[in-house]
Amino acid sequence: MRLAADTRPALRDPSGIAWLLIAAALAWILLLLVLPLATVLWEALHKGLPRFLEAVKEPDTLASIRLTLLVAAIAVPVNLVLGVAMAWAIAKHEFRGRAMLTALIDLPISVSPVVSGLVFVLLFGAQGWLGPWLQERDIKIIFALPGMVLATIFVTLPYVARTLIPIMRRQGVDEEEAAATLGAGAWTTLARVSLPNAGLALLYGVLLTNARAMGEFGAVSVVSGSIRGETNTMPLHVEILHNEYDEVGAFSVAALLALLAVVTLVLKVWLERRMQARAGVGG
Amino acid sequence: MSATAASASGWRFHRPTAVPAFGTAFGIAVAGLSAIVLIPIIALVLKGADQTWASFAAAAFSPRALAAYRLSFGAAFLAALVNLVMGVLIAWVLVRYRFPGRRLADALIDLPFALPTAVAGVALATICAPNGSVGQVAAAFGIQLAFTPVGVFIALVFIGLPFVVRTVQPVLADLEPEVEEAAALLGASRWRTVTRVVLPAIAPAAMTGFTLAFARAVGEYGSVIFIAGNKPMISEIAPLLIVVQLEQYAYGAAAAIACVMLAASLVLLVISAAMQRRLEREGADR
Repeated sequence: MRLAADTRPALRDPSGIAWLLIAAALAWILLLLVLPLATVLWEALHKGLPRFLEAVKEPDTLASIRLTLLVAAIAVPVNLVLGVAMAWAIAKHEFRGRAMLTALIDLPISVSPVVSGLVFVLLFGAQGWLGPWLQERDIKIIFALPGMVLATIFVTLPYVARTLIPIMRRQGVDEEEAAATLGAGAWTTLARVSLPNAGLALLYGVLLTNARAMGEFGAVSVVSGSIRGETNTMPLHVEILHNEYDEVGAFSVAALLALLAVVTLVLKVWLERRMQARAGVGG
Repeated sequence: MSATAASASGWRFHRPTAVPAFGTAFGIAVAGLSAIVLIPIIALVLKGADQTWASFAAAAFSPRALAAYRLSFGAAFLAALVNLVMGVLIAWVLVRYRFPGRRLADALIDLPFALPTAVAGVALATICAPNGSVGQVAAAFGIQLAFTPVGVFIALVFIGLPFVVRTVQPVLADLEPEVEEAAALLGASRWRTVTRVVLPAIAPAAMTGFTLAFARAVGEYGSVIFIAGNKPMISEIAPLLIVVQLEQYAYGAAAAIACVMLAASLVLLVISAAMQRRLEREGADR
């Protein structure tokens, strides 16, 4: 991409200042973003790859990996369905209270993760509103898988809808109206017209939901009770190992999660480039 | 002909359209939001209200709680300020200059979104500990970073970094070059052009990013607790105090503090939603 300043001398900053600003920005990124990432990898690997693999293969760690995958495998599809439904209603339709519904979707982002976990403890916990009823029927939600899944769904609820809504709105409803006029049903319109049009954004929304679901700490920590090998996800296991001064163990699990973050970022860049290419061709 | 009757009265819940399945989508959306978000939050508010005002206030406004709010809101505000300045600078550099590593730097900006907070927490705690890479340097100057309020501030700067960059970047990229040329032609210096023409144009976006970073930082938990040291009255953040109360089975007290935090989140949500809406409208006008 050409810069305006290349052909417009009035927009050119004195080169000394330009390089000073670049240096400041890069130094900040290096110190605040690269250094933590490098520290995680270094602390995990500086005693050798065998030690790292040994830490990962530890039974409690494997259990935490399995649980993290399980929670994400439930929470992500639920949020995919909810996100598409919310985006469809908000982006393709005009109705009273749309702004309020949109704001409500954003609520989990602005609420503290601890509060997000606490609400479920107060609802389903032993002292919660439904606690006695659940106890009578021997149903465990808090300190068990259902609570962790619920908290994860709460925290990651906004991401699919938030990535879909802007692009679905920009695309308008012409194609959906055409499909409906040609006799397509709701499902056909959604699966053949709307979702393929917003495909890359949808994929990005799912990606982001997954990254946050696997990495959620505060909300899940409040509802899980962090029982080793049982209700311990990877981020919670990082905390346990860190508190036990098992730095290699803690950073080995942290490195796996950091890898997840890096893969997410790489896929994001790739998706954005595809989206730009498509927008360039299309319009 | 109820549709005609409704349109005649001028009030309609849903504008008729050929696009199908509004009812189904709206139904799923409302049912999902109610079950996952609304009802649990109402449960919290009811629990907070399910005690005398005296016991609510004793928990929510105890000296320890007030110190925790001061730290959470104060450190979040300072961190958002730093992110405001550095975010505008980074957005400017990424949009206006070409240099080796620019794409990589751009991609890295989202790291705090993607990196689990607990990972960020242990990494920052290790870096800032007295024997860590940055902590050593600070210790040489007699400054302790980790296990102090400064550590809280550092973690909040980290998690808030992307917000201002990502809100300012598109606005800066869409800015018409002619405006700056006009300022230059009228004899304004480059500095004057930037401060009087460019900065006012990106100010709404920057303030939106500031609000989002502040809102996120106020409730942040995972990245902070590893580095903060968590000493009551000194380096204990408000979300941690909720957890502490919960661990002592003081559900009413936990709910009371959570209600205060929830109220703050709602206020910030309304402000940031209004700011974002204005920004999108301005974006559509450009």
